[in-house]
Amino acid sequence: MPTRPLSPHLSVYRMFRYTLATSFANRATGVALSAGLVLLVYWLMSVAGGAHSYARAVRVLTSPLVRLIYAGLIISFCYHLVAGVRHLVWDTGHGLERAQSQKSAWLVITLSVLLVVLICYRVWLIGAHGS
Amino acid sequence: MSLRSPLGKVLGQGAARGGVRHWWHQRLTSLALVPLTVWFVVSLLTLPSFSYLTLSSWMSQSWTALLLILLVLVATWHSQLGVRVVVEDYVHEAGARTLTLVLVGFAHVLLAVAGVFAVLRVAFGAAS
Repeated sequence: MPTRPLSPHLSVYRMFRYTLATSFANRATGVALSAGLVLLVYWLMSVAGGAHSYARAVRVLTSPLVRLIYAGLIISFCYHLVAGVRHLVWDTGHGLERAQSQKSAWLVITLSVLLVVLICYRVWLIGAHGS
Repeated sequence: MSLRSPLGKVLGQGAARGGVRHWWHQRLTSLALVPLTVWFVVSLLTLPSFSYLTLSSWMSQSWTALLLILLVLVATWHSQLGVRVVVEDYVHEAGARTLTLVLVGFAHVLLAVAGVFAVLRVAFGAAS
């Protein structure tokens, strides 16, 4: 292992700045969504296995723990989607000034919260009507 | 002319010559995932039910199957690119890092192949 300094240089940063917080959140939600891919593929495979295998998977996929995971995945998806679009805008060279990126950080948080609320409302409707 | 110092070359430091491709693929996949994931989430939330019959008939529609396969492939590729960077950043010991990267790669190929296989199996009606 080289002795030169290696990332992450967490100790040299002021923590909980909006720049670091939004960047770290993007990474953390990305990793969470990667784990979510396991659930997605498990779900697809269970349908491919036929009615019995799907019925077995539904018991797992509706367990309280997995429902909690869905909540985390919904939050992660909404944040990662909006923050990812912010990164794509940055890649075009726009919005990189400090004032702009501060504003877009708040925009990302606001939009992702709205998106979470929207999805949760829809999920709640599905749950309430049992459809 | 190289801008790398002789000492840097001997120590094997510097870019591994794959940075641009990684960066570019991450952007391409994220761009593609915006419509794909939005389509997927909206479809899930507007499905009439989550019964086996509803799901299997939904999955066997040509466009659904096509988009699901694209979603699985692009999402696993994007995920692999992202997790790779996280591992490279936080796992410092060379042996552990290589092993983790190999396992991450295997896991993503497995997810991609399983996901595509599952969609095709339902789409072609082999599931019962």
